[in-house]
Amino acid sequence: MGACGRDRTTLRPCGHGTKAWGRAGDDPDLEIGTDKLDSLIEHNAGDFTAVLQPGIPLAAAQAVFAESDQMLALDPPLAGERATVGGVVASGDSGPLRHNFKSARDLVLGVKVALSDGIVATAGSRVIKNVAGYDLAKLYTGSFGTLGLIVEMTVRLHPRPPGSATAVGHASDPEALAAAASAVAHARLESNSLDVFWGDGAGRLLARYGGAEPGLQAEAALRVMEDSGVEAELIEADAELWERQRNGQRSTEGVVVKVSALPAALPAVLRAVDEAGGTVVGRAGMGLSWITLSGPAGEGGTDWAVGAIDGLRHRLDPYVCTVLDAPAELRAEIDVWGEPEGPALDLMRRVKERFDPHNVCNPGVFVGGI
Amino acid sequence: MSSEDLIGRLKDIVGDEHVVTHPDALRTYESDGLTFYRAMPRAVALPATADEVQKVVRACFEAKVPWVARGSGTGLSGGALPVEEGILIALTRMRAVLDIDLANQRMVVEPGVTNADISKAVGPDHFYPPDPSSQIVCSIGGNISENSGGAHCFKYGFTTNYVTGLEVVLSDGTMVTLGGKELDRPGYDLVGAFIGSEGTLGIATKIIVRIVPSPEDVRTLVAYFEDMQHAGQTVSDIVAAGVVPAAIEMMDNLSVRACEEATHAGYPVDTGAALIVELDGSEAECKTRFEDVMELCKRNDATDIRTAGDDAERQLIWKARKAAFAAMGRIAHDYYVQDSVIPRTKLAEVLNRLDDLSDEYGLRIANVFHAGDGNLHPLVLYDGRNEGEAERAEELSGEIVKVCVDAGGSITGEHGVGVDKKKYMPSMFSEPDLDAFQRLRCAFDPSGYANPGKVMPTPRLCGEVPGPYRRHPVEKAGLAERF
Repeated sequence: MGACGRDRTTLRPCGHGTKAWGRAGDDPDLEIGTDKLDSLIEHNAGDFTAVLQPGIPLAAAQAVFAESDQMLALDPPLAGERATVGGVVASGDSGPLRHNFKSARDLVLGVKVALSDGIVATAGSRVIKNVAGYDLAKLYTGSFGTLGLIVEMTVRLHPRPPGSATAVGHASDPEALAAAASAVAHARLESNSLDVFWGDGAGRLLARYGGAEPGLQAEAALRVMEDSGVEAELIEADAELWERQRNGQRSTEGVVVKVSALPAALPAVLRAVDEAGGTVVGRAGMGLSWITLSGPAGEGGTDWAVGAIDGLRHRLDPYVCTVLDAPAELRAEIDVWGEPEGPALDLMRRVKERFDPHNVCNPGVFVGGI
Repeated sequence: MSSEDLIGRLKDIVGDEHVVTHPDALRTYESDGLTFYRAMPRAVALPATADEVQKVVRACFEAKVPWVARGSGTGLSGGALPVEEGILIALTRMRAVLDIDLANQRMVVEPGVTNADISKAVGPDHFYPPDPSSQIVCSIGGNISENSGGAHCFKYGFTTNYVTGLEVVLSDGTMVTLGGKELDRPGYDLVGAFIGSEGTLGIATKIIVRIVPSPEDVRTLVAYFEDMQHAGQTVSDIVAAGVVPAAIEMMDNLSVRACEEATHAGYPVDTGAALIVELDGSEAECKTRFEDVMELCKRNDATDIRTAGDDAERQLIWKARKAAFAAMGRIAHDYYVQDSVIPRTKLAEVLNRLDDLSDEYGLRIANVFHAGDGNLHPLVLYDGRNEGEAERAEELSGEIVKVCVDAGGSITGEHGVGVDKKKYMPSMFSEPDLDAFQRLRCAFDPSGYANPGKVMPTPRLCGEVPGPYRRHPVEKAGLAERF
């Protein structure tokens, strides 16, 4: 890293390359692969913490934690088990568990980072409660490698639920599905996940429970759904159902647009999806949705996708629509971030300048061309 | 700009009656909850709106005068200690709840709103989880500054986990919106970077918090043990069984005695340790888990278990614990509070070391412990009237911090670094680590006017201003040096 800064060699930290997101631009001079930084340095089972290098696949780390009935409560789509912990954290990716366990920013307790002037710095700590120093772990989470390379991170772990059960509601009216989602989100239940799926004018609401009594909580959720007017069923063998939700966040053929909205905007999101002819999975209680658009392939496809994305942004304004999975030629055509402007962006630029003064870390991929 | 000119401008901005300059009136503001440190500001300005905050900060910037923001002044690390001859900006007049958006589980509040008033505004069906012990008086602005936790943070998390957006005035008077009501807005997580920055990056003038549904059921017990080791093992067993208690608190014999004397909550004064466990969640879940917890207490030879039959009994159990710091006055003339954190599994080892240190220094140490997250509050008891005892107590306090850091922990879990713990920062962070912190600081506050002299052990300036050398106001005040 120090050599790159000194020689002005642009670099891109890279795990297994499962998330080609961000602005399309010139390839960097160098990719720094984290393949060999793939150790689970510590698993402190008694303290429910672990220290990881970035290159370890999340699935591999989870397998170790599972031996102690523990988990890192991060369940983004894993792209064939290949996604690395570093990639997930650097991109701020998340999955359905976010409803209860929040996201990477909330689970990473500390980081060790290598900056482009050769400095290696740590921030945060190895304990779950710490307020000493600035919380740089949050700054680096979701920073897409633009501030340096995360070489080590400490994470908080949670007990792995011994079992699970899911209440599933069905509706073909966006308002009805959203009303049921809102009722469950406000109910005095501890849902681990609360998701929706929508496509072709119909959808489902999924509320998943873990803990000691998942069945009883799922039954209570089922009643909440029925009371708000949707048909519902209880599914105990629910793993595949949730795998589908996670996978719905990614697309190899189509275009994925992530919408940062509010829970009450769910009907508008679902109608926008119908209008655009796509499908969507969403975290109903969080206001986050991943819309997959499938249009014609080839050059006409790019024009079509540009139009479809513009249409979504127009319909869902003021909520930010970020383009994730998309062919490079499309990412070159559009502003993938729907980026912030004004003083906040100025401040982000100043942060970038301080941490990467020579602008060699993954330049150009982030918001505002950072 | 002269001192009189700046005060005149502040009066124009917030009104004559909201600028405090009389030395007697200034005394109220000379320290925060940690009264050990005192400093007299030049003036206190009490703005009523975000616009006034912005103008006050800009006036200070133009006058090259450093400032410190203050909420309710309950902080325990001297974070709101004024800068001598600087301006103190008190946010206690900004108490408006601007928006309650139940549908989206958000609230928008001004910084002076108290922590408890947030939950009150959406109760009883919803609540705001972070609950520092001072929640009735402490302000959400102060909570942002310190990233406050509370008794229930093991399960629910800290301030940073419940704030989605901020409006912030930077030290040059720029107003900037970070995050929003929505999650995952593109860009760096500057909300996350700002929370816990102890007032050194700017002033939050508008705060968007996430609220959550109240749990269906709450169950509380207190179990007594022969010693801290048995209580500690019980905590480990509970957590290992996959139970995430809403709160789990331990007190040693000295603490129990002090608290019982102060509150008459019914704790046996001869017990070696008391362990409070509170579970919340769905009724079915709580019932099953509560039985598991009772069983684990018994298996670790609990001498007695008392369960709260109703809310009044629960309050009584908590009354003793929450009185812990204040109650120390019953058994000691003076005391030092530490806020160190250890990996929970190191508890027995650290307590043994603390016993040795207590013998070595000839001073008693009482322990109250947020057992779930490893936040130890060792209280060093002393009598300041005895020659040299205060110094010995301070030295012992520093030794305790060192033991905790060596065990893999932190110098502070919730009180913040402020002025009080900045001397311990090098025990936890290397020079490159501190350099990385400084980069963030300089991105937000290149002038160094925002709460200078806090957090960093030896504050640095952010780079030379072009032109002839002039001493920086922060340098003049002896709060930083050039490198």
